[in-house]
Amino acid sequence: MKGGLLLKGEVLLKKCGVFLNRGGVLLKGVLLIVGLYLFLKFILPLFTAPLPANLIFLYLALTVAGIVIFATLSSESTEEFFGPIVRFLNGERQTGPMKIARLLVLVLFPLLVGWQTYTSTVPSDMPPAESRTIHPAPPGEFVGLSNPIPNTPENVMMGKGLFAAFCSPCHGANFDGKGPAARGFNPPPANFVDSGTIAQLQESYLFWRIKKGGVGLPIEGMPWKSAMPRWELELPDEWVWKIIMGEYDGAHQKPRTWE
Amino acid sequence: MTYYGGHRGRSAGVRRGRTWSIAALLFLIGQLGIPLLGLAQDAASTAATVAYRDIPQLGGSRNIIWVIAQQHLLLAGFVLGVPIFAWVCEIVGVRTGDKRYDKLAKEFTKLLTSAYATTALFGGILLFMLLGFYPKLMAYLTDIFFPSFVVYCALFLLETVTLYLYWYGWDVMQGGGRKGLHLFLGFLLNVFAFFIMIIPNSWATFQASPVVVAEGSALARAWAATWNPTWWPVNVHRLIANVVLGGFICGAYAGMRYLSANTHEERVHYDWMGYVGNFIGVFGMLPLPFAGYWLMREVYQYNQQMGITLMGGFLSWLFILQAMLIGVLFLGANYYFWLGITHRIEGSEVKYRRPIMAMLVILLLCLGVWMTPHSLVASLEEARRMGGTHHPLLGVFGVMSAKMTVVNIMILVTFMSFIIYWRAGKVETATWAKVAQKVMAGVLGLAAIVVIVLGVWGYFVPAIVRINYFSVVQVLIVLFVLVTITPLTGLLMKSARTTTEMIWGRMPPRAGYALVLNAVMVILLMTLMGYARSSSRVHWHVYGVMRDSSQYAFSPALGYAAAFMSLNTFVFCLLVAFIFWVATMGDKTKTMEPETKKKLPAGAYPAMAGGSPTLDDRNKQ
Repeated sequence: MKGGLLLKGEVLLKKCGVFLNRGGVLLKGVLLIVGLYLFLKFILPLFTAPLPANLIFLYLALTVAGIVIFATLSSESTEEFFGPIVRFLNGERQTGPMKIARLLVLVLFPLLVGWQTYTSTVPSDMPPAESRTIHPAPPGEFVGLSNPIPNTPENVMMGKGLFAAFCSPCHGANFDGKGPAARGFNPPPANFVDSGTIAQLQESYLFWRIKKGGVGLPIEGMPWKSAMPRWELELPDEWVWKIIMGEYDGAHQKPRTWE
Repeated sequence: MTYYGGHRGRSAGVRRGRTWSIAALLFLIGQLGIPLLGLAQDAASTAATVAYRDIPQLGGSRNIIWVIAQQHLLLAGFVLGVPIFAWVCEIVGVRTGDKRYDKLAKEFTKLLTSAYATTALFGGILLFMLLGFYPKLMAYLTDIFFPSFVVYCALFLLETVTLYLYWYGWDVMQGGGRKGLHLFLGFLLNVFAFFIMIIPNSWATFQASPVVVAEGSALARAWAATWNPTWWPVNVHRLIANVVLGGFICGAYAGMRYLSANTHEERVHYDWMGYVGNFIGVFGMLPLPFAGYWLMREVYQYNQQMGITLMGGFLSWLFILQAMLIGVLFLGANYYFWLGITHRIEGSEVKYRRPIMAMLVILLLCLGVWMTPHSLVASLEEARRMGGTHHPLLGVFGVMSAKMTVVNIMILVTFMSFIIYWRAGKVETATWAKVAQKVMAGVLGLAAIVVIVLGVWGYFVPAIVRINYFSVVQVLIVLFVLVTITPLTGLLMKSARTTTEMIWGRMPPRAGYALVLNAVMVILLMTLMGYARSSSRVHWHVYGVMRDSSQYAFSPALGYAAAFMSLNTFVFCLLVAFIFWVATMGDKTKTMEPETKKKLPAGAYPAMAGGSPTLDDRNKQ
């Protein structure tokens, strides 16, 4: 029984191999594209967050470029790749289903292009895709400031305490942007544990962002979407510097420096 | 400063005893000059009060300057890159005795003469436009840089004289031991060209990273302003980029000539020329990212705000576009190498199919990482599902640690493409060949591993450690690979036996198109980065010193800017096509002469129409 199944499997694999070889570079390319699309669209989201459509498009475009490059390296493979497409579109010696398929393609393809054009230009109530800038440039007066508070265990502890009181509701007790209030915001509060956030910035940058909050963001790259309060109205500068120390320590990151 | 030309001319005329009529004429001219001096004074006082002028009917002063400055810069890049290219080719020709290199160098120097005049023309237009549109800014810059203006003019004269001697003396200086003198002229041409490039660089970089000294002599102030923090990084970056531009434009020229070639000789020549152009373009492209990295590092160090505007702020999207363009350039350059392997060297296709596939996959993976932005473009719904604009998994590709790693890997892959091309069709006969091969494979493999390890490790160390040590080590490792494997392969190839002769003129038409594509990508890249460099000053003419108070004191939107970049690329391509057409008009007349024209047999087509020697043979049968 087991041997029979194995045999059947082997036969199936062989048939697949023959089918692939007959299809040549073109079929392999099409299968690769379809497979990659299915993986990015449906399989990857099983393990992580789904990808935005434009990123999937970007990766598929790269793959298509790769397939075309590889397929056109030699005259033989070029013919193998483009030959079936050209012959299909020419309609040479086509009969029966192939003839109908060709007609369908010639009718449906312009319709598809038209539909795509229509859907991309028709007014929609959906907000446009965002090309958000994460790190706006700080105003000149905040550039190059250094933390005047000595980096002692006591000050770090105090900073963490202030963080817990004022920042953790949004940025989370674990500094990961998952505080109890975080779910109410889009985009969510910054995750300081991520090496792409505060680890890329100087302390003076954080000082500016905490002090001025969302309303203090510059006009360049508008509209900004930040619910960060303007803490300068409630916290003295000394506390802000201590919070920064606490944040870096708690998130196990180091501020960016030039020396 | 005192002007006394009229008086001196008149007294000189008297002294030399020339006719009274000439003296009277000079006197009259002198008299006419008096009111002109008055007018000049008026103009000077007006210039002090008028800060801006505009021609809104022609699209506005800023857009006019944008187009003219970009054209001037692109032409200048070509004009300064080609002499390096031509001179190196001439040296190779002398050293190897291969006349083709000398012919190639001469062909490009011929293009240089007409391109040089066009560049100067655009430079003149730019100067007039700047003086007209931005009198206050120009007065300020003139006040600081006047000594360097004088040096610049002197250098221009020297460059022009040297170029004329270099070009018109080409044939005369071929024999009789005068080739050395010609080579020296080529060297001088490049020295002057280098200084002609770095002086205006100081004006432009001063605007971005000014060093203003209020006291001291005019020379001391000019020198302090010249030696600003981004001057040398820009000098080095532009020098390399000019070589790349020159190489790829030469490649594109060869590609076009190859596609329209009517004779076999032409095909062979332009196929070979395309290879040389592509090689020089790639050769320059390999160290270019390192120079760019240094420049950005200096920008950050000079002013964090400007650095963030460029790399993290609203201009950061330009670097994703840059990644796409450089990616296409890498793919195009490698594709051309691979086409060369499969078409010029018989039997290599089967042998190198798998390595080519592996290199292609690595390039595409690297490119995928490079193109992945830190914060993704997502609809509201998509961002909500991702939990923000950072993807939890792919977000790690968005930071510099990942980008630097993949760029280094792409450089290694491109270098390997070249090495494979070099070795294809040859069998190494040296007794130590196997050991050398193992050493090379080991060096390459180890380098790739270390680059990746450092890249991953970069996520877990402070940014300053990554920037100052890891990234530098990655670059040094790649350079080490380049300087170890190149001479080793060269030594191996000296004693190698050729099994399959390289046949020129057999490339398919798509090779010519790939060369044109590469040139277009380089031009687009330069227009893109030109916008980035200029926009990083935001609303300042001179960053932090002189504010832009015109109606154009805003950064144009990226879409608008992209349209201008495309326009500039298109206009430049037209200009270059025109220059090539004019410069080669004489050649076409020569080839039209019946005794020298070697037509293809009946039924044969130019490569553009799908012709190839294989097809020609078939047609003959």
